Amino acid sequence: MLGLDLSFFNWEIISKFVKNGFIFSVQLTVVGTLGGILLGTLLALMRLSGKKALMIPAVIYVNGMRSVPLLMVILWFFLLVPMSFYELIPGGSNYRAEISAMITFVAFEAAYFSEIMRAGIQSISRGQVNAGRALGMTYAQNMRLVILPQAFRNMVPVLLTQTIILFQDTSLVYAIGAYDLLKGFTTAGKIYGRTEEAYLLAAVVYFVMCYGMSYLVKRLNTRIAIIR
Amino acid sequence: MNLDWTFFLNDNGSGRTYWQLMLDAWGWTLSVAGLSWVVAMLLGALMGTLRTLPNSPWLVRLGNVWVELFRNIPLLVQIFLWYFVVPKVFPAMMQVPGFVLVVLALGFFTSARIAEQVRAGILALPRGQRYAGMALGFSTAQTYRYVILPMAFRMILPPLTSESMNLLKNSSVAYAVSIAELTMFALQTQEETARGVEVYIVVTALYAISAFAVNRVMALVEKKMHIPGMVMAGATGGGH
Repeated sequence: MLGLDLSFFNWEIISKFVKNGFIFSVQLTVVGTLGGILLGTLLALMRLSGKKALMIPAVIYVNGMRSVPLLMVILWFFLLVPMSFYELIPGGSNYRAEISAMITFVAFEAAYFSEIMRAGIQSISRGQVNAGRALGMTYAQNMRLVILPQAFRNMVPVLLTQTIILFQDTSLVYAIGAYDLLKGFTTAGKIYGRTEEAYLLAAVVYFVMCYGMSYLVKRLNTRIAIIR
Repeated sequence: MNLDWTFFLNDNGSGRTYWQLMLDAWGWTLSVAGLSWVVAMLLGALMGTLRTLPNSPWLVRLGNVWVELFRNIPLLVQIFLWYFVVPKVFPAMMQVPGFVLVVLALGFFTSARIAEQVRAGILALPRGQRYAGMALGFSTAQTYRYVILPMAFRMILPPLTSESMNLLKNSSVAYAVSIAELTMFALQTQEETARGVEVYIVVTALYAISAFAVNRVMALVEKKMHIPGMVMAGATGGGH
């Protein structure tokens, strides 16, 4: 077909080259999402705290991260995190690029997740906040028990959409040579002299995964819409 | 940490200083981003409009397929496809320079996101706007040209601003196919001079300045294009 031969990509090659990359891409997505949401929520709370000493650092961090390319941030962390840090993790010095990628994704995505969480918190009606206070809750209790659970739930579709984008962005760890899904395909392609076919298959795999996920998010969206 | 900035004035062996090379690289970044922006806006407006057409299910489908296809494959993979696979499958594309292929890749990728915004903008208009066009005896094309699109485009300017900034930041991925833009410059200079921190600081700052400039220009457009009597909500787009 058009000078391409896809037939040589068999299960053996996939399990030898692609599987580990796939696992790392998923790991990176999960770590980036969970870590990003955690740190992002913290940043959003800092930003909405009304205390200048907390607000200003959060604003600088979020806007700073959002105004530079992810690729540059990946390169920054790879350059700056000292070797001694990786040695703290057992076997870490062999996975320098992979560990650095995880730190980068948590730090970078936190800025985007924090904007989502901020919008979520601000979407909670004033009455909910007042209700919590009328019950005698402290600020922390009110946040934890009343506001954040609702904000989080309202934002689930947006958070998941961001996760799909995050998954696509994991391919950028190419820049520091981390072994992800794309790298798995390109490595196999180089060894067997089938570069073009490898890129094409990588595209198909990414497409199927992202399209599938966004379809599920769409389904979830309609279900949540009915509940309200 | 000891920072040493003097290497920027050194010659890298090609008869030009790092400082001059960096300005060239900045120019490449801006050209890639600028040309891709034109491609993305034209195709995005077209595809977004197609997706809202009444009584043309095939055009709607074409628009939907376009958006899903270019939105669900990572940009880096798309750039590789344009650069390595397209010329092999279509030998006529062999003659096309890499710069053009990257512009097409980035433009098509972003067009899907812009099409999403254009569609959202059109659907957000009250149905009465469309009926008003019909009542005036406009054809579908005229309704879009004179009634719907002028409103929709002005309503989606805030998300278009963030998409334009994303496009500029995404142009950094072009380094992967050896376009001599800022990220490529940063990587090369770091290797040649071992002054990674200094180079990264300057390059990161240039990206931030460029993104901020895009933001200001779009804010100006927004102000000029403001629809009288309408409150413009500053929507923040996700993504990158």
